[in-house]
Amino acid sequence: MDMNFSDEEKTFRVAVRAFLKEELPDSLAAKVKNGTRLRKEDYLTWHAALNARGWLAWHWPVEHGGAGWTPVQKHIFEEECVRAGAPRVIPFGLNMLGPVLIKFGSKAQKEYYLPRILNDEDWWCQGYSEPGAGSDLASLKTQALRDGDHYVINGQKTWTTLGHFADKMFCLVKTDTQVKPQEGISFLLIDMKSPGVTVRPIVTLDGEHEVNEVFLEDVRVPVANLVGEENKGWTYAKYLLTYERTGIAGVAFAKQGLEHLKQVTRDQKKDGRPLAEDPLFAARIAQVEIDLMAMETFNLRTVSAAAAGGAPGLESSMLKIKGTVIRQEITDLLRRAIGPFALPFVPEAFDEGYNETPIGPDYAMPLARQYFNMRKLSIYGGSNEIQRNIVAKGMLRL
Amino acid sequence: MDFELSEERRILRDTAARLIRERYPIQARHEFAAREEGFSREMWADFAELGLIGAFLPGEVGGYGGTGVDIMVAMEEIGRGLVVEPFLASAVLSAGLLAEFGTGSQKALVGEVVAGTRLLAFAHGEPESRYALSEVRMQACESDGGWILNGRKSVVLNGDTADDLIVSARVAGDADDEDGLALFLIAANTQGVSRRGYATVDGGRAAEIDFDNVRLSEDASLGPAGQAFPAIERAVGRGVLALCAEALGAMEVCLDMTLDFLRTRTQFGVPLGKFQALQHRMVDMCLEIEQARSATILAAGKLDAPRAERERTLSAAKNLAGRVGRMVGEESIQLHGGIAMTWEYALPHFAKRLTMIDHQLGDADHHLERFIAFSRAA
Repeated sequence: MDMNFSDEEKTFRVAVRAFLKEELPDSLAAKVKNGTRLRKEDYLTWHAALNARGWLAWHWPVEHGGAGWTPVQKHIFEEECVRAGAPRVIPFGLNMLGPVLIKFGSKAQKEYYLPRILNDEDWWCQGYSEPGAGSDLASLKTQALRDGDHYVINGQKTWTTLGHFADKMFCLVKTDTQVKPQEGISFLLIDMKSPGVTVRPIVTLDGEHEVNEVFLEDVRVPVANLVGEENKGWTYAKYLLTYERTGIAGVAFAKQGLEHLKQVTRDQKKDGRPLAEDPLFAARIAQVEIDLMAMETFNLRTVSAAAAGGAPGLESSMLKIKGTVIRQEITDLLRRAIGPFALPFVPEAFDEGYNETPIGPDYAMPLARQYFNMRKLSIYGGSNEIQRNIVAKGMLRL
Repeated sequence: MDFELSEERRILRDTAARLIRERYPIQARHEFAAREEGFSREMWADFAELGLIGAFLPGEVGGYGGTGVDIMVAMEEIGRGLVVEPFLASAVLSAGLLAEFGTGSQKALVGEVVAGTRLLAFAHGEPESRYALSEVRMQACESDGGWILNGRKSVVLNGDTADDLIVSARVAGDADDEDGLALFLIAANTQGVSRRGYATVDGGRAAEIDFDNVRLSEDASLGPAGQAFPAIERAVGRGVLALCAEALGAMEVCLDMTLDFLRTRTQFGVPLGKFQALQHRMVDMCLEIEQARSATILAAGKLDAPRAERERTLSAAKNLAGRVGRMVGEESIQLHGGIAMTWEYALPHFAKRLTMIDHQLGDADHHLERFIAFSRAA
């Protein structure tokens, strides 16, 4: 057992830092750090830089263009990217659909779609949730009826993240309504430009537009766009949810958030002294920092065990719970750290090119917005209550 | 980074686990704890023979280990067995001090500790010190080329049965100065030493020890008199790690017993484990135990790191052990219901040990403050 990074791992970190210094534009890092809204082009710029280095699809097997990294290398990479202010890599094509196609897709699908994902020729979105199917995902109602060489799709998807940027959607649909819900689901690839696809924005509680509703009315999808076998979609959907687990705890985001919290509390004053020195507030920060230290080690233990051949396992459900709670707690402390300056609501401050004097300290404007936005963490990806059900059943055998 | 246990450590774990499984059922444990000395001399000899005492000490003084990982692996099993023999007092705290800071003849005693033939205790805490490591009022005055000790030590673990005591005292400075502390190795039967032994809530033993004009020769000092604080901090650091690992073992037992109970106890016509309210509480327990385990692994790996990093990580682990230990103790009693309120049932004895671990070598609040202080220094 050795809790220190090896020389190879340290060298790798140096290489990642050098790459970020060279390839991540300062203007883009500044936008990420200031909470400025990112445009589609911002993500594409970053994807292209990573792809040029062969570091975009680092979750994929090497033969399909993956990086072949160890779990510790992935951990280092994520940590450095977040620290440098890189935008997140949009996961839908790279981390979700890619692995499903590699495992279950036809030869033609792999040859066609995988390079297009790497080169950002297709922006994918995820068609899972429906108005009537949230935590109970298998109760989804969107129906696909066979008509010759096509399926005809009718239904509605929701919470479609960045669906307004998307060219394509991977989608769970009902192809058999006479069987148990899990046995009648298929996994389809839908072109968002098809007639009958309508995307409508959902404005979230922070006033932002990131997620959408997608309406599907008599949308014709070629049968060739079925992934794997008809009615086996639930298996693929679950594989997608369990495939990549290094990132689920959000360690890198939590560490960056904690660092930011410490900076903010050194600047904020209470009774003329830095808030960081207030014993009560310092104790709140220290408590979450200890939880985070433990979770980082928990995460590394889990991904190392998975790499050594152990099952990805139910630990990832526990990591999802703990990781999201810690990140929410950090955004809560950030909001509380700025006191009354959490109140101003100035959405235009997050537009590119906004150059008016901020209200309060320049770091204050996004903090309340981020606090409310981050309530989503414990809801999405299988709510934390669903994760508890999964662990209770699978690990504790209750 | 590597989380795999080496072959030697796996053998150590399996050896400890087998002996405890075969020889240490809860009834035997209660019988050992109820003896006058509070433990079994025969078990202690068997632990020695299998190398479990030596696992806490380095090879150069006759041990077989002594690293953070050795301490963690061995203590976790000791926690699973709710073992009452004086591993912490004699091997971890006291012999560890002799091994690291003792003179040649003092170091030689470590071999006897490893063999199980000599018992030591670490007499450091005082009536007013609470958990502060530098708060020492006991006085050591130089006299005729030797020392005279006066003062009282409180809640000295296994202090009633120890053959020798390692005693901290002040040779200079104010009551809470880090400078001016000394450590002395004293035979427990030295004239002027009086001990009042008693049982502890968790089945252990401790003693109040008075020192009334105790005369010591010059060579009783452990390391240079006046500069003992780093040695005390090192010893307590190892003890903190040992307690965190012991807590883990006890938590695992609480979790397993509670799971068994929920699977088999039927109410309203179904096993209790079918109720979602209880399932979610079990998952939270399980999750927090993994957090405590992770912090302990980290602390074990950092036991020889530079001071601020080492102490900060140890305090993080002890803070979590305290918080999670309390949660696991309370939740496992609550989820069991009435049966866990009985002396006869094993579970509450583990819960009591978990609770008392938070009262040894600093509680969750103490280590939170310490974590903040060392984070600023790091």
